[in-house]
Amino acid sequence: MPTSSMLLLLADGRFPAGAHAHSGGLEAAVAAGRVTDLGTLGEFLRGRLATAGLVGAAFAAAAHRAVPTADRAAELGRLDAELDARTAAPALRTVSRRQGRALLRAGRAIWPYAPFGDLPGGAAGPHQPLVFGLLAAAAGLSRTETALAAAHGTVTGAASAGVRLLGLDPYHVQALLIALAGACDTTAADAARAADGPPEELPAAAAPLADIHAEAHVTWEVRLFAS
Amino acid sequence: MRPETAHDESVPHTHPEPGVDPHAPLPPAARALRVGIGGPVGSGKTALVAALCRAFADELRLGVVTNDIYTTEDADFLRRAGVLDPARIRAVETGCCPHTAIRDDIGANLDAVDDLADTVGPLDLVLVESGGDNLTATFSRGLVDRQIFVVDVAGGDKVPRKGGPGVTAADLLVVNKTDLAPMVGADLSVMDRDARARRGDLPTVFLSITQDPLAHRVAEWIRHELAHHRTAVAAAPPAALPPSVAVPTGSA
Repeated sequence: MPTSSMLLLLADGRFPAGAHAHSGGLEAAVAAGRVTDLGTLGEFLRGRLATAGLVGAAFAAAAHRAVPTADRAAELGRLDAELDARTAAPALRTVSRRQGRALLRAGRAIWPYAPFGDLPGGAAGPHQPLVFGLLAAAAGLSRTETALAAAHGTVTGAASAGVRLLGLDPYHVQALLIALAGACDTTAADAARAADGPPEELPAAAAPLADIHAEAHVTWEVRLFAS
Repeated sequence: MRPETAHDESVPHTHPEPGVDPHAPLPPAARALRVGIGGPVGSGKTALVAALCRAFADELRLGVVTNDIYTTEDADFLRRAGVLDPARIRAVETGCCPHTAIRDDIGANLDAVDDLADTVGPLDLVLVESGGDNLTATFSRGLVDRQIFVVDVAGGDKVPRKGGPGVTAADLLVVNKTDLAPMVGADLSVMDRDARARRGDLPTVFLSITQDPLAHRVAEWIRHELAHHRTAVAAAPPAALPPSVAVPTGSA
């Protein structure tokens, strides 16, 4: 089944799943003076792709893989626990579940018969990558395409926040994303391959500084982004 | 409910997803009337929300959702003003895009509305206040049933003539701070004439919240809309099932 248009739709930042309200940790990094210009934004995005990008894409691919299995709900439960374990900062767990809830709302409206009822998480919401895996499966995407769209989203959202927070030239930021495209493809391929293994062996890349920033960010009285 | 009789397992058949409710959401009748309040920065949106909270305090089960540019400023103002139980106020963060959160990507606001009902029980009316934006910001019909657009005379008496979707299409246009008109040289008759020209039969209310802290005419308009909403709910036919959507399993 040709899925190119479907892939583009799910990778589009305009997909109504609340991404516009999140900076992927960039707002806190900007406030800390660690991201100040195009060069440091590029480094930030590369780091994000290698950590949250890889882990999110791998869990999305693993959730996608779980869809046709007999014990889908149990498998999604294991993935939920594993992703919690990989998300050290409580603030980021909350963010992931809140974004999962937003994505779930869109998914239920578009694919009412997809097996979203098997997602764990209760009232707090399911982790965003797990919802994305189910949504991508409902859309008929392949596992690699699922990982690709997930990885892509982790860098484009933060890049867009960079334009808004730093007033950077949008053409230069787009060129930055173009330069990162190869790394994004590689990350997605790695993530899709990793999804062949058991949940406990999925990637666990993390950045302590991103965790610290996220914990500080939620305590701010005035902030522009939800994360 | 399960059928009492066993069915023939030799006949190939499928069941719909057992974990999924295949029904469309409840018809609008079963929920609160949602009214969006938008308008430029400083036009008095939050003051109007506070006035309506006072007006409906003993009359309606009320909830408020704010969409600040700077997170919780407006929600904090309402909490400090003591016009509504803080549990009935939710703030949505909008990532520099207040118009996106009320028009293109409304999930966070819908979550906030759901959270209100989950925590404080059924509501009659939910006011959704937009972050101060420009003349082009309007609410999605997927988020609100009715919308009020607030401009003020200090913003210049040309605002109604300039139009924009808020001025031309809002269900109610509120021209606030009429008490300031003499001080800023604004001609209310010009604003009235231009609003009529832009809005046709849609209503416009001139208001000074400092002189009318209960915003009587706006509250009256909401009461009317609420009565209409309840009638529509009572008369609404059962919701149609959503179109059947196949569930591809996706290929590895």
